[in-house]
Amino acid sequence: MIDLGINTDLARTILTGFLQSEITRMGFTRAVLGVSGGVDSALACYLAAEALGSQNVLAVLMPYKTSSPLSMEHARLVVEATGVQSLTMPITELVEPLFQRHPDASPLRRGNAMARARMIVLYDQSEAFHGLVVGTGNKTEILLGYTTLYGDSACALNPIGDLYKTQVRQLARAVGVPDVILEKPPTADLWSGQTDEGELGFTYEEVDKLLYLIVDQRYTPDECQEAGFSREFVLNVVERIRRNQFKRLLPPIAKLSNRTVGYDFLYLRDWGS
Amino acid sequence: MQLTIALAQINTRLGDIRANLEKHLSVAQEAKAAGADLLVFPELSLTGYVLQDLTPVVARKPNADDPDFRELLRASRDLDLVVGFVEEDQRHRFYTAAAYLSRGEVVHVHHKVYLPTYGLFDEGRFFAWGDAVHAFNTRFGRVGILICEDFWHASPPYLLWLDGADLFIFTSASPGRGLRDEPQLDSARWVEHINRAYASLFTSFVAHTNRVGYEDGLNFWGGSTVFDPNGELLVKGPYHQEALTYVSLDLNQLHRTRARLPLLRDERTALMMRELGRILGEQSRGDR
Repeated sequence: MIDLGINTDLARTILTGFLQSEITRMGFTRAVLGVSGGVDSALACYLAAEALGSQNVLAVLMPYKTSSPLSMEHARLVVEATGVQSLTMPITELVEPLFQRHPDASPLRRGNAMARARMIVLYDQSEAFHGLVVGTGNKTEILLGYTTLYGDSACALNPIGDLYKTQVRQLARAVGVPDVILEKPPTADLWSGQTDEGELGFTYEEVDKLLYLIVDQRYTPDECQEAGFSREFVLNVVERIRRNQFKRLLPPIAKLSNRTVGYDFLYLRDWGS
Repeated sequence: MQLTIALAQINTRLGDIRANLEKHLSVAQEAKAAGADLLVFPELSLTGYVLQDLTPVVARKPNADDPDFRELLRASRDLDLVVGFVEEDQRHRFYTAAAYLSRGEVVHVHHKVYLPTYGLFDEGRFFAWGDAVHAFNTRFGRVGILICEDFWHASPPYLLWLDGADLFIFTSASPGRGLRDEPQLDSARWVEHINRAYASLFTSFVAHTNRVGYEDGLNFWGGSTVFDPNGELLVKGPYHQEALTYVSLDLNQLHRTRARLPLLRDERTALMMRELGRILGEQSRGDR
């Protein structure tokens, strides 16, 4: 029996404490985050508001011209419910010149450009609002590499990156994220009708259980199969995890000297604070 | 005889001894005013935990020549202190250390003998391994100190027991991990289990101070505890917040528990040594 249930009170205490501690010791009191209308950014916004006070959080809504109006509506629900400050910054004008130059660009290229345009907006607001960018990526997408490098994965710190998608839903429900957000199909909303589960080819419910066995419980692929997962599914996920390791690391620096950043120059970010 | 212990589950600043020292001194004043006889700080309380390349920078020699220790020794005139720090020895090896200070003197220094170097831990990379487990005498009786991973192994508490310790002082900077649908993290549950077990098996007092706060993504969960020789929980600090938790120990409980349950009297140390000698002397067949 694979149980991904979490104690939501404990998670909430640890994660709000994390945001409070790690933002203030860097010399900040405020946070900036992209709010899409989905459950991940909704949860991150609720946690940030609780940790820092709503006035100290800026939710940035960044629709593209084809974004679903429902996404914006749900993002506004989050802003209203948490009382955070908000700013709407459409990214259409940022990415259109690129797309016009490359009219044949694939949906993947377009999606990546949109995610990176949103990163530019967030880091610009980070400076303007004097707040650190709070990440909204969950453990499932980080492990599967279902993110854009230097796009949606870019942040100063991430409170929810050790929660699988199904655990995000559980905690989001506990902190009061509206049902309409909890219950809709997850989507990157990069094109009309896109859903994560349609694109990935499996449900979060299924893959979270498998990831839990592979990553948390250190099961071998054979053991995962014995636990009831199809061989094809297991090997697909194992390979996805391996292939996307580069998205989870800083770029390697070629070592030449005796002491090299990334190998033997070892300090936490919290060094001295 | 009564002994009032204060468990100081503090947060620390990483690598900032001055700031941490000031917190120690103000907590010591507060604990003294509240009537504590002994104040226990967590592992690496003067320095913070994930030191990595800061290790040699924050290392100290625990004596009155060191300006920071001079202030701690002065504070120990009012009440006994256990403080966590990095010790640099004469040959420039660095140890995770805990010092017992009393009446202006360094009574005992313990060097961590088990350095976790697995999972999220990398202590063996930066620290030298301690090589001794000694109990020592205090004005409250014989005491032993262990640091975190030391008491994840059964042998150091066992050695302290045989060396005469009736009060075990355990200190930790234990990163919280293992979130499930339970009231505590797995790491907290495990530590509470084993501390209760040591108190019961060794019919002794077990006092544990664990730090709080964060270092990058790591959280430290606090939840300091004291168990009595019957294995009963006497007091528990809150999870995840700074606290100064007091408890008065009735040391005569040792007499009453051991009159009922003479585990110490009946411990077959010679048999243990004989069997251990045999086990270690036999050629390993790879099955143990």
